[in-house]
Amino acid sequence: MPQMNMVQALNLALRQEMERDPNVLLLGEDVGRDGGVFRISEGLQEEFGADRVIDTPLAESGIVGTAIGMALYGLRPVAEIQFMGFIYAAFDQLCSHAARIRSRSRGRFTCPLVVRTPYGAGIKAPELHEESTEAFFCHMPGIKVVVPSGPYSAKGLLAAAIRDPDPVVFLEPTRLYRLIREEVPEEKYTIPLGQARLAREGDDITVISWGSMVERSLKATEGYRVDLLDLQTLSPFDEEAVLASVRKTGRVVIVQEAAETCGFGAELSATIAARAILHLRAPIVRVAGFDVTMPLPKLEDHYIPSVERIGKALDEVLTY
Amino acid sequence: MPEETIGSCTVKRLSILDPQGNADEILLPPLRGEDIRRLYELLVLSRTFDGRALALQREGRLGTYPSILGQEAAQVGSAFALEKSDWVFPSFREMGMHITLGYPMHLLYQYWAGDERGLVSPDDLNILPVCVAVGTHIPHAVGAAMAASYRGDRNAVVCYFGDGATSKGDFHEGLNMAGVFRAPVVFICQNNQWAISVPYDHQTAAPSLAQKAWGYGFEGIQVDGNDVFAVYRATRAALEKARSGGGPTFIECHTYRMADHTTADDASRYRPPEEVADWRDKDPVLRLRRFMTQRRLWNEEYERRVLDEATAAVDEAVRRAESAPKPAATEIFDYTNAELSPRQERQRKETG
Ligand SMILES: Cc1ncc(C[n+]2csc(CCOP(=O)(O)OP(=O)(O)O)c2C)c(N)n1
Ligand SMILES: [Mg+2]
Repeated sequence: MPQMNMVQALNLALRQEMERDPNVLLLGEDVGRDGGVFRISEGLQEEFGADRVIDTPLAESGIVGTAIGMALYGLRPVAEIQFMGFIYAAFDQLCSHAARIRSRSRGRFTCPLVVRTPYGAGIKAPELHEESTEAFFCHMPGIKVVVPSGPYSAKGLLAAAIRDPDPVVFLEPTRLYRLIREEVPEEKYTIPLGQARLAREGDDITVISWGSMVERSLKATEGYRVDLLDLQTLSPFDEEAVLASVRKTGRVVIVQEAAETCGFGAELSATIAARAILHLRAPIVRVAGFDVTMPLPKLEDHYIPSVERIGKALDEVLTY
Repeated sequence: MPEETIGSCTVKRLSILDPQGNADEILLPPLRGEDIRRLYELLVLSRTFDGRALALQREGRLGTYPSILGQEAAQVGSAFALEKSDWVFPSFREMGMHITLGYPMHLLYQYWAGDERGLVSPDDLNILPVCVAVGTHIPHAVGAAMAASYRGDRNAVVCYFGDGATSKGDFHEGLNMAGVFRAPVVFICQNNQWAISVPYDHQTAAPSLAQKAWGYGFEGIQVDGNDVFAVYRATRAALEKARSGGGPTFIECHTYRMADHTTADDASRYRPPEEVADWRDKDPVLRLRRFMTQRRLWNEEYERRVLDEATAAVDEAVRRAESAPKPAATEIFDYTNAELSPRQERQRKETG
């Protein structure tokens, strides 16, 4: 089986989905000629043509808005927003339209759209290039939120997102694009949305994480006996997998890169409290980004949850 | 009823100084020899600053950096027309404007090295922080201009952005409001022909950006953006108009991004080298030097002095930027709000 990084895995998923279904097309800033600023769509314009891999003007609301129109018409557009920090202009389109058209038309019109965007910190990039605001989208009924944590899951989840009948916000952890190489099947496969993955198995603690923080959590939990759950899909998330693990371990550490307040960890905590509180042997601990404006590169390392902070939380719940 | 023409738009282009350094005597702004030298020195300083930034980035001493190479006249020429009290809403590729207005260069280096403290505008300047989210600052400039009108101040507001920004909804909303409220604002668009890999003709089907202003009910003009005199003249006229209640103006500076989009980009992947070579002949610094040579405002000795002074100033700025004390981890909290919440206080203790 070939070794791939996430860039190669995503590129392959896009290529295979485009080969499989002529309704799949790509649009976004610099996705064509340049192959995307992270090269996720490298070579695809040459292969599929400029009317299927579309370089758009600089207009995020326009990109998502036109992609919604294409989806309504029956295509399966995959829109790229160059960085998550630039998705906010398209928020209106996502929340007011993509999320609700199925409901508003009572199923007559649907929006099978994927909006891919690199997210997260740790690449020493300029302002707004390191945002991690997935919770905004998780709060919106009608939108699915998917976050791969490595090349294998990236390929299978992206294929599943493209085939999904509803709008999916697909967040790619920028820091991991080229950091992890692993075996990725050449052939097509999907990973069902809404299912968590057990990245490590153990009885003492349930560590719940997703995307960029899975890699850190793996490092931090070395030598500990933990269930490390990689959620993969945040909305809808795999409640049963979370609860089953919590009932087994009785201790929970949630690791999220996003700011603590109202992050997705809050939803997890509330769900665990509601459905498994009597199994808990220690308070739930969240290791999260701080409630501050995402710092510029000089200070960003102080923001991102570190292996040490995660380790401290593990010890805290173990010794409670 | 016959069809009738109810409006038509004419688009003007202003150029004064040609690439050979010949100037249109009638359009040449009334600048003294020392002003012209000052313009030249600012162009050279901006270019020296920029070259050093690229070198520092290669050595890992600066983060991702967007070069201004080739666009110096658009920035220096426009900023030279401003008063210190005017308000400026930049995008992220106007370091020549900063330098012209006297924004400390060491702060620029500090910012591009990833340090928020580099964005702190000195008290005598009203330059907003660099705006990374393309075009999103355009409505702010309009609002500030409306505020200046409301207060009865004579300040004008200038907003800089690129060709790519004209595709954003914020551009439309901002320019429309500027027209409706006749806000004293000057939009300076550096049309450098590229938005990363997207060329001008893929950004818009309009033959010029200047003509867009017509749709909003105010004047737009294209200027040769590599001609420092044309940029200066157009900006001055627009500022005077703004100050005297004449409303907004849109200035399209027709220029070229000679370098990669940023140090994270490789422009050879998407644009032909012949195009870059064509524009090299239209270099803004070279053409002013040719003009000055004709007027006996330039000689080798002067050139050496200008370069030496620019190099010394840049050396000093780098030294100051790099000797700034390291920011403390707790500083990530310091300006989140006027007062920290109890939760932020707890988090702050965790970092400190
Ligand atoms: C809203 C938004 N979308 C995308 C980006 C990524 N990006 C940074 S600069 C740029 C191109 C900008 O082109 P233009 O406005 O012409 O300015 P130039 O870079 O040429 O100075 C893009 C797409 C961004 N910073 N902001
Ligand atoms: Mg441009």
